[in-house]
Amino acid sequence: MATTTATGISRIWRDARWRGRAFQALVALAVALLLYGIVSNTITNLNALGVSTGFDFLGQPAGFDISFSLISYTPTDTHFRVLLVGMSNTLLVAALGIPAAMFLGLVMGILRLSGNWLVVRLAATYIEIVRNIPVLLQIFFWQSLVFLLPTVRNSISIGDMAYLNKRALTLPELQFEPGMWIVALVVVISTVIAVGMARWRKRAQERNGAPAPFGLVGPLALIALPLIAVFATGVPWTYDFPELGRFNVTGGVQIPDTLVALWLGLVIYTGAFIAEVVRAGIQSVTKGQREAAGALGLTRNQTMSLVILPQALRVIIPPTTSQFLNLTKNSSLAVFVGYPDIVAVFAGTSLNQTGQALEIIMISMLFYLAVSLSISILMNWYNRATALVGR
Amino acid sequence: MTEAKTYTPGQHPNLPPPPNMVGSMAWLRDNLFSSWTNGALTFLSAALLIFIVPPVLDWAFLNATFSGESRDACAAATGACWAVITARFDQFVYGLYPSEATWRINIAFVGLLIAVTPWLAPRVPFKKAFVIFSLAYPLLALWLLAGGLGLEPVYTGRWGGFMLTLVIGVTGIVASLPLGIMLALGRQSDLPIVHTLSVTFIEVVRGVPLIMFLFMASNMLNLFLPQGVTFDLLMRALIAVTLFSAAYLAEVVRGGLQAIPKGQLEAAQAMGLNYWQAMAYIILPQALRTVIPGIVNSFIALFKDTSLVAIIGLFDLLNMAKAIVTDVTWQGLSIEVYVFSAFIYWIVCFGMSRYSIWLEGRLGGGIEGTR
Repeated sequence: MATTTATGISRIWRDARWRGRAFQALVALAVALLLYGIVSNTITNLNALGVSTGFDFLGQPAGFDISFSLISYTPTDTHFRVLLVGMSNTLLVAALGIPAAMFLGLVMGILRLSGNWLVVRLAATYIEIVRNIPVLLQIFFWQSLVFLLPTVRNSISIGDMAYLNKRALTLPELQFEPGMWIVALVVVISTVIAVGMARWRKRAQERNGAPAPFGLVGPLALIALPLIAVFATGVPWTYDFPELGRFNVTGGVQIPDTLVALWLGLVIYTGAFIAEVVRAGIQSVTKGQREAAGALGLTRNQTMSLVILPQALRVIIPPTTSQFLNLTKNSSLAVFVGYPDIVAVFAGTSLNQTGQALEIIMISMLFYLAVSLSISILMNWYNRATALVGR
Repeated sequence: MTEAKTYTPGQHPNLPPPPNMVGSMAWLRDNLFSSWTNGALTFLSAALLIFIVPPVLDWAFLNATFSGESRDACAAATGACWAVITARFDQFVYGLYPSEATWRINIAFVGLLIAVTPWLAPRVPFKKAFVIFSLAYPLLALWLLAGGLGLEPVYTGRWGGFMLTLVIGVTGIVASLPLGIMLALGRQSDLPIVHTLSVTFIEVVRGVPLIMFLFMASNMLNLFLPQGVTFDLLMRALIAVTLFSAAYLAEVVRGGLQAIPKGQLEAAQAMGLNYWQAMAYIILPQALRTVIPGIVNSFIALFKDTSLVAIIGLFDLLNMAKAIVTDVTWQGLSIEVYVFSAFIYWIVCFGMSRYSIWLEGRLGGGIEGTR
């Protein structure tokens, strides 16, 4: 040991562990000082402004109206109710947007690899145009197209069942009768039967090497049983068709045009990114896999579903997850078009009315963190289910 | 006359391929009609093109009006009213910057092009002079744009349009890269405190939309600062965009760090390099090179994200476009204005992505052995 002759201080200085500890102590001290400064400044500033901190404002009546809400809401409701409305509206955009974007991305990604000269170029054009333009600008664009729609009086009628105008898209509303519970129960039971059959057949095939019998039982149960239940209970739902009046459309479900513009913008934008992810995933499966599947005598469809896709999915899932997260986070752009999501009504209107910036921003950030975390956990679970199993 | 010719083996002349395997017919069959579904797809796409392209061309060029003083100039034509673009071009580019001082922006823009050259081009003559210029450039640009020292000061509230978008985008890119690298190194570090702090910062920032940070910057930043100290609106946007982008860059750089075999660091340590030397000379050059596409993607995302600063009241290109849309003289021309702004964003972002593809090809596969 060359350092044994060194004095105490330099021995410490030459030891990587001690250097690490000293560096960490410095970083911790700097962060602590920064945090202390922020907290003490905030307290001083809040005192000077006369703002009282705390979450009491959540119980106070909000006093403003919200244009669209999934849950019942009136201006006399509290700010807490506003938070719930905002959260449910944000989740609605995510729930409507994620499946649509996934579908669009999957279709475009596969078309891009279709080998058809014209189709490949069309898909590539869509992807390259949409990916390189800010999503907010695209949402504005769709919104301005929506503004070109006719006024309420001249609403576009879709078979007298749905109406489209400047203000909203009105669709017929399904109204369920109590018999629907029975139908729902039957759907669950038939799904269990179908899944059970599929599992049993797969195990049987792995055991015997030949396709198991009763292949039609599962799918048949899935379709026939619910149909029987529906007719047995006498079709337990009715439609509430919207009606076009002089000044507005009554009845039905009204989907505000702000939601339509936001949804279109997010889906078309995110779809382009997912298409690239899908393409990269399918291309990551080497050519030899396809050739080997062909040599084993698998058909084109079998090759795709049994060989290519299971391997491609492993590459596709993680980046697709972050695209889902991006769509959810980008739903906050709602504030620009006037769709009442959590940022618009809670971090916007409620914040302006109460002045409780600290608490409101914190709650909103926690909400987004919770949503991001849930989607990540869900997709990680799915990712593990499709991951390579070592044998 | 015809007599059968005999050839010795190996002497037979090459015959042309069968006629249905070459030429345009073969190409058509291979690329457009290889199967029934492919044929159907081809017809569908062709129908789509015929349905969309002629009306769009008609609207954008043939029946469009290109100049005029107000909306009325376009009344005669049925197509696009590009007159709004030509009439308001200065606002798209310079925002509300005083028109007698726009030459300063032009010089700063030319300077920007010169300053980025040594970093983008593989080989330039007088590289040293270029690099010195680009290191001095931020101060020069600040002086030109903000004024002072002999130039008329221009308050940042009057900055706007494409110029403001560039200012936020370029500053964000330049500031977030070193920050992102530091965060990535922190996340990969063995030191528990540094590691935990980095992970917390990265994950919190990535879990929350940029809008929330901009809200924070406009509503809360002044609470965090000592009394009397306030930040300019632009400064707040820059801080929010930079911190936000740094977290995403950190994850990209981490991917690169993880791709470097452990032996590289061990070899560096065996050579007697300390941590910072090993990172700067051995690990980072290799790690960054492998993730250039990811880094450029982050830059593109950042450039597109600058459009969100409208929420705190800055008039970047998109917000300027929105303001022009609501202008009374040019009412109802939102499509034209948005299409034009989209075109500008598209050129910049598409250019960046093409550059990254070119660079990726030039640098090869990165680390030796993973090619």
